[in-house]
Amino acid sequence: MSMFSRPETGAVTAVVVAETAPDGGAVQARRRTRISVLGIIGLSIIVAACLFCFVGPLLYHTNQVASNLAASNLRPGKGHPLGTDDNGFDILGRLMIGGQSSLEIGAAVAVLATTVGVVWGAIAGFAGGIVDGVMMRIVDVILAVPALFLLLILATSVAPSTLELIVVLSFLAWQVPSRLVRGESLTLRTREFVQAVQVMGGGSTRAVVRHIIPNTISTIVVNATFQVADAILILAVLSYLGFGLPPPAATWGGMLSNGSSYIFAGYWWQIYPVGVLIVIVVIAFNFLGDALRDLLDVRLR
Amino acid sequence: MTRYLLYRLLHSVVVIVGVTIIVFLLLHHLPGGPARAILGAKATPVSIAAFNREYGLDNPLPVQYLNYVGQLLHGNLGYSYKLNISVDALLSLDLPKTLFLVGISFLIAVIIAVPIGIAQAIRRNRMLDHGLTGVSFLLYSMPTFWLALLMIDILSARLRIFPPEAPQGTTLGEVITDPGALVLPVLTLVLINFALFSRYMRASAIESLAQDYIKVARSKGLPEHKVVWSHVLRNSLLPIVTLLGLSLPWLFTAGLVIEQIFNYPGTGLLFFTSAQSQDYPVELGITIVIAVTTVAGNLLADIAYAVLDPRIRYS
Repeated sequence: MSMFSRPETGAVTAVVVAETAPDGGAVQARRRTRISVLGIIGLSIIVAACLFCFVGPLLYHTNQVASNLAASNLRPGKGHPLGTDDNGFDILGRLMIGGQSSLEIGAAVAVLATTVGVVWGAIAGFAGGIVDGVMMRIVDVILAVPALFLLLILATSVAPSTLELIVVLSFLAWQVPSRLVRGESLTLRTREFVQAVQVMGGGSTRAVVRHIIPNTISTIVVNATFQVADAILILAVLSYLGFGLPPPAATWGGMLSNGSSYIFAGYWWQIYPVGVLIVIVVIAFNFLGDALRDLLDVRLR
Repeated sequence: MTRYLLYRLLHSVVVIVGVTIIVFLLLHHLPGGPARAILGAKATPVSIAAFNREYGLDNPLPVQYLNYVGQLLHGNLGYSYKLNISVDALLSLDLPKTLFLVGISFLIAVIIAVPIGIAQAIRRNRMLDHGLTGVSFLLYSMPTFWLALLMIDILSARLRIFPPEAPQGTTLGEVITDPGALVLPVLTLVLINFALFSRYMRASAIESLAQDYIKVARSKGLPEHKVVWSHVLRNSLLPIVTLLGLSLPWLFTAGLVIEQIFNYPGTGLLFFTSAQSQDYPVELGITIVIAVTTVAGNLLADIAYAVLDPRIRYS
């Protein structure tokens, strides 16, 4: 739902959700009380992926630092279930290590971008007027430049560390949650319980932190789930283009980029396992996000 | 209506000014500033100072910004010291090629997605709908670069039907003389756009089908195909107009990745190679052009929507 996803998917899915009513009848959004099957599948895949990446290396020991050219480009077989790459690194082991950075950075970006976006949007919506106008124009400006272009400019000057990647990716991802929360904040500030705070002498900070933000929590959780998927995807693109974590760090995008040089040699094991893994993990987060949205009855505008 | 248009126009101008500020600040907050970027990492402080004096870079930042905007307004996007050619000249060659690639893919995707989306809406929740929804969801979840690699692996490396590299040439005319080599990049972009558009179209057609005017059309005895082709189609097409405006940043992003993978000589590839060689003036020039195109696209889409759908009233 943000920097790298297709435009306005929220609008499409909102219509799809509303469509559960029979033809022509009054459209009623059916509130689900249990998480959908796809949501369970998504969650299971995410848990499995985390186990694979973080527990896997403890059970399946491989050397991902020192190259072994004598064992390069081996087909899947004994000792190397998914073969090796051109440096002799075991692919299965590298998938695990590469996944660690993807999942860590994806989760960190989702948390950081959502936090910044929520605070920004809540303040803008609560303050209204000129403050709101200025804050939201800043959001518009950053959204007007496709994120990948800004990312490449920023990545040109420095070979990024994990922390820098998280900050830069978050900087380009907080605009969507801020818009969503601002919208809710605009309506919430007119509600009695928020006005009561001010009547009783509570400050604006209290109104925003204690009353407005907690009431947008559903939107926040759903959006954060989509943010993880987007961050993993754009991180893979960056690494694929050679602007991600520098070597010797293992990354999924870097593995694909490496393997793509050998497409015509027929080394399928260097691109298919990692490509399929990226797709599955991204789909899993999207499934979970969709399921949470239905469960929490959130309309992402 | 006039008020609305004026407001939208003003808003677009504000956003574009904001973009120029961002790009300007980026150029000046690079390590060592523009002088370092142009003269290289080994430049001495003396030569950097001389460079700054010569190009007015020792003026206060606001003055420099106004000079920069003045240059932009005269159509001067900067100069590539690495390639020794103006950014304008580079873009005048490469931009048409990118617009062609993105434009033709968008067009083909819309032509395929519109009837399919409507068919899905009519046969909602049947086998056909579920099957097509599955296909579009799968395509929708595919990262662009992964789909492109699949295309190359299957259609080029294994089946050897199409070449893996896009046609080469400095002008658009040279590029389109080799349609066979264009197939893979265009096909990849079409598939990705199709996934988005058919979902959009299905949702939009389902909404149209539930409207009262469809009931009226049916109850006055209009045959079903006429209901679909003259009422559902026309009303569901409206969102496609907005879609073009909204998809522009996404189209450029996908375009960049595809141009890089298929070595298609457009602005995306130019941007990528400039990023690799740290050619900042080119990167920032392209960024400005793309941002302005995006903002203009959104503005046009909003105006077109307001003109096409008189039900919409803006405050």
